[in-house]
Amino acid sequence: MLGNMPEKQTLGEILEQQGVSRRGFMKFCATITSMMALPPSMVSAVAQSLENAKRPSVIWLPFQECTGCTESFTRSHSPTIEGLIFNSISLDYHHTLQAAAGHAAEDAKHQAMEANKGEYLLLVDGSIPVGNPGYSCIAGMSNEDQLMEAAEGAAAIVSIGTCAAFGGIPKAKPNPTGAVAVRDLIKDKPIINVSGCPPIPMVITGVLTHFLTFGSLPELDHEGRPVAFFGQTIHDRCYRRTFYDRGLFAESFDDEGAKKGWCLYKLGCKAPTTYNACATVKWNQGTSFPIESGHPCLGCSEPDFWDKGGFYEPLSATAFGPTSALLAAGAAGAALGAASAYAARRKQKKAQESQT
Amino acid sequence: MTLLDFARGPGFQIALVILLVGIVWRILGAVAIRFSKDLTKPRGGKQSIRGGLKAILTYSAPPHELEKNIKFQHYTGYAWHIGLFVVIFLFGPHVFFFENILGFGWPHLPNAVIMVTGIVTMGILVTLLIRRMIHPVLKVLNNADDYIAWTVTFLPLLTGTLAFYHLGARYETLLALHILSIELLMIYIPFSKLMHMFMVWPSRFRTGSDFSRRGVEA
Repeated sequence: MLGNMPEKQTLGEILEQQGVSRRGFMKFCATITSMMALPPSMVSAVAQSLENAKRPSVIWLPFQECTGCTESFTRSHSPTIEGLIFNSISLDYHHTLQAAAGHAAEDAKHQAMEANKGEYLLLVDGSIPVGNPGYSCIAGMSNEDQLMEAAEGAAAIVSIGTCAAFGGIPKAKPNPTGAVAVRDLIKDKPIINVSGCPPIPMVITGVLTHFLTFGSLPELDHEGRPVAFFGQTIHDRCYRRTFYDRGLFAESFDDEGAKKGWCLYKLGCKAPTTYNACATVKWNQGTSFPIESGHPCLGCSEPDFWDKGGFYEPLSATAFGPTSALLAAGAAGAALGAASAYAARRKQKKAQESQT
Repeated sequence: MTLLDFARGPGFQIALVILLVGIVWRILGAVAIRFSKDLTKPRGGKQSIRGGLKAILTYSAPPHELEKNIKFQHYTGYAWHIGLFVVIFLFGPHVFFFENILGFGWPHLPNAVIMVTGIVTMGILVTLLIRRMIHPVLKVLNNADDYIAWTVTFLPLLTGTLAFYHLGARYETLLALHILSIELLMIYIPFSKLMHMFMVWPSRFRTGSDFSRRGVEA
């Protein structure tokens, strides 16, 4: 991944060297153009821009993370054109993937930051602990300091995965490390959130392609996610939606409904409130996605998904709070009722007395 | 905390507590009040359960003599109450909501049936509102409670339909507004004419029971 391809080479030349045919390249461009909801007329523009694009410098900083996001990109696919494009970027720093270690790795990062100041893309996965710098640090430097240093010269920041985008699992209550998202710390740089636990590889490729083609970030939603991939709920694009509409729901994971592929709403599916491209792009080269495998969506691309009630409780379930509050409400109502009845009785009595 | 989190959590808890306090207060207040002793001579026998139950049944149909004049109001009233009942208690996600509270559920209808029922119900409610605003007698009788009660009843239907079809905003925002509109209804019920949903049957029973003592045909 951290190959030694010359910086001056264009992406087209690199792909050609790697044996990618013109047909395969155009097919990729058509797919990615379609995925980004661009008109078909843009395919040739995307192809031309990609062919002539210089290898962008990318620095990838992993913080409080599980390496699932990196695994998603590097191991979930057999080599594809997306993979090759991803390989073709100048990934100057990624402490999981790089061969260098220690001072050599940190020096390489600083050199890349200096050489590409204002132009490199900063990719971040994992949340940043601000509770105590010692909770997570690399080469003696806290995650927060590393992020601030790298963000300064970045053209844009891509938060890869829900942890970097929204804090994710480390931020789940009680948030022992004081984890925050990239957007909580960086306010003066364009940030694009590619959320998901992990995110879909195609989405990051789409973002990179857009950046290489137009030199800007794609249109984002209110959570900073690319609208092309996060514009619709999984529920809206789910192949089981028809069962929801017909009122046919699996009651358990092994009942007749589950076997017939009925809607998983009752088993806790969070697809109606989750925006992601899982139902269309799918995983493992388009093989399937969680719902297709028979498991409800957990809503992993949404902020605070870990704290939004039980994974296996339907969305319609409501948090009732302590039963004691309801009992107290009943008692208060009874007291008020008794008081108002007493007052009414006294009033009646007075009225009767005044009549006699 | 998002609007939806608030609606599903603290918002619902607050509304439920107010609803409970209000209902217990109103019912106990009505039951514990001093009832004047009926000193008249019984003409039809004792106050009877039979008389009370009969009144519940007979008052549910328009009196024969008045039927011609109140037919529209009576049957449209039935129609939208039934529509509301179907939407509340026979929509799948609503059934799951009740199942979560009660520990048991019941069969539900396909979404298309619910949506058609909901839209027809809203249509009847709008018609009745217009009638209320232009009818020469109702116009005089109307008060703020009539309009507020109509609004808090109509809003859950409207927001629920918008949420189902994703019209006007993102689904989770519409869902939050739908739940909040129900919470508004829950809060308003005990302090308004909407309390009739708890009082209507006991009240008719009591009237019928009293009538049976006085020998009046319920």
